[in-house]
Amino acid sequence: MANDILVFVEHLNGDITDATYELLATARSLAAQTGGSVDAAVIGTGASALADDLGGADRILVADTDALGAFNPQGHAEMFASLVETRQPAITLVPYTSVGMDIGNHVAATSGQPLVSYCLSVDAGDGLSGTCQLYSGKVQADVQVEADRAVFAMLAGAASADDGRSGGAAVIENVDTAVPDLAITFIGTAEPEAGDVDITTEDILVAIGRGIESEDNIEEAQALADALGAALAASRPIIDQGWLPKTRQVGKSGLSVKPKVYLALGISGAPEHLEGMRDSSTIIAVNSDPQAPIFGVAHYGWAGDLFDFIPELTDRLEG
Amino acid sequence: MNIAVLLRAVPDPVEELEIDGVDLDRDFLGYVLNEFDDHALEEGLLIKEETGGTVTVYALGTADEVEQMLHTALAKGADTAKMLGSDLDVVDAHGQAETFVEALTGGGFDLVLSGVQASDEIDGQVAMLVAAGLGFPHVSVVVGTKPADGSIRVTKEYWAGITADYDVALPAVLGIQTAREAPRYVAVARIRQAQESGNLEELDIDQPENGSRMTITEMRLPEEGEGAEMIEGDEEAAVDRVLELLQAAGVR
Ligand SMILES: Cc1cc2nc3c(=O)[nH]c(=O)nc-3n(C[C@H](O)[C@H](O)[C@H](O)COP(=O)(O)OP(=O)(O)OC[C@H]3O[C@@H](n4cnc5c(N)ncnc54)[C@H](O)[C@@H]3O)c2cc1C
Ligand SMILES: Nc1ncnc2c1ncn2[C@@H]1O[C@H](COP(=O)(O)O)[C@@H](O)[C@H]1O
Repeated sequence: MANDILVFVEHLNGDITDATYELLATARSLAAQTGGSVDAAVIGTGASALADDLGGADRILVADTDALGAFNPQGHAEMFASLVETRQPAITLVPYTSVGMDIGNHVAATSGQPLVSYCLSVDAGDGLSGTCQLYSGKVQADVQVEADRAVFAMLAGAASADDGRSGGAAVIENVDTAVPDLAITFIGTAEPEAGDVDITTEDILVAIGRGIESEDNIEEAQALADALGAALAASRPIIDQGWLPKTRQVGKSGLSVKPKVYLALGISGAPEHLEGMRDSSTIIAVNSDPQAPIFGVAHYGWAGDLFDFIPELTDRLEG
Repeated sequence: MNIAVLLRAVPDPVEELEIDGVDLDRDFLGYVLNEFDDHALEEGLLIKEETGGTVTVYALGTADEVEQMLHTALAKGADTAKMLGSDLDVVDAHGQAETFVEALTGGGFDLVLSGVQASDEIDGQVAMLVAAGLGFPHVSVVVGTKPADGSIRVTKEYWAGITADYDVALPAVLGIQTAREAPRYVAVARIRQAQESGNLEELDIDQPENGSRMTITEMRLPEEGEGAEMIEGDEEAAVDRVLELLQAAGVR
């Protein structure tokens, strides 16, 4: 219906992601503005069983099928798009995740709706509007949508997941599960290899980013970590370069960590990194750029050179 | 395999950004190749090395940086480079996608690759919008490919290091997050050679008609150190304070 909010439910191996609950929380406050209902579409393997976990929705649209594998970028997108077509929601919410990216763009393009990406908040009070993060979090923009309906791709942390776990009428409706002809075939998923260190259980993490500049400098950071009794973690570019194993990556496509102390050295604070560490108890950031977005989530910051900071702290800890 | 790679110039992430009205102040802004597009190019070149065929790179605009970007791609091994439009004023993802679709249509490509995202894509991801425009299947956040006959096996990253494999029938569009190997470097001499090669063409493209259908009403920079209590002074002062903080956190 023209004032409903439709949420794409992201799930894997029988678990609904926190990103989905955040969307449901956002949807709930939007529904209060539009007077519509919060609809959640759950598509794929185990969809029926997952309906029990969607108490935050008013209506749960279930398309239970094993034909798509864990997630099919085309199959899920087309089935979701057909729900958008038949239900005509005012607002469609997808998570800005690996899965949500395939869904949101497809649905917006095929239904001819605007897509607001990198979104931090949505408002339906005076037309549709939102606040977005651009340039890796260095800029914020308010946007006004020039259409009655739109798709919003929400960044992690836009709302509290706990607020989206309950509070809806949770009426279940089974929908058409006919799978279109697909050019994409799901083969299977793979879990990462276990690492030598589990960064999710450490009290202190020394996290390094591209500011470390070269592989040779990793040693210096490791020496600091040793002096602190900490483990070394990193942002994605460090892992992509092969300087540290994947198991040390913090963020969207890496691990989420909550140590007592997270020391971020030469990390800019892109949203994909922040979503993996923002819940740490104490975040201390060192970055030569005083405008680096990392200072937006850090509790303490020093705008300076990490190559001055690391040896000074290491010496003082050892001395 | 005939591969198109879409390259986009984005504001250099190391530059200090300033706002002018509801856009960046672009007067003195430097542009660099979007880092994920660099990975897309690398993956394209690796596939070409495996299967034969061609790599054609496309970019929007005619600024010096764009030309430099395309010459670098040629030097790395792309066969042809196409620079789209002379006075295109295209900034949103929808406009960019429409332009790329127009340029690619009928090009006979098996595969269109681009970076998974760029930092200024407020209205969606160009690669995925191009896929919709061409009517090709698409996969985003791709971290590896293995070409086969008439299809390609792609690895997509979900989260927490979990990946999934797919067989994708060609033609298809992939949003590349990370190439199988770190993007190659190329010597300046090779880039100069590429400049002489004449493999860079300028294509006239119509100004796109369909925009993002949204208006930026305000743009702002976060306040300096917003959120964090900033430690003043040199590294000694910083370390003094950090040692106190470690103690307060109960880890020392
Ligand atoms: C789908 C997807 C998933 C992603 N997943 C992740 C993820 O899981 N984790 C992740 O981290 N990223 C992820 N990213 C990448 C993310 O977008 C950023 O590119 C990345 O986080 C940037 O890493 P960085 O901060 O180390 O590098 P940069 O952004 O390059 O920042 C380097 C920083 O170092 C500072 N610096 C430089 N020299 C010094 C010095 N001498 N002293 C002090 N400071 C210095 C600079 O001022 C700058 O702020 C993902 C991206 C996508 C598209
Ligand atoms: N958002 C953008 N993305 C990529 N290139 C851009 C962007 N904005 C401007 N440019 C390039 O920078 C050049 C100068 O831009 P301008 O100063 O806006 O005329 C243009 O020719 C464009 O090629």
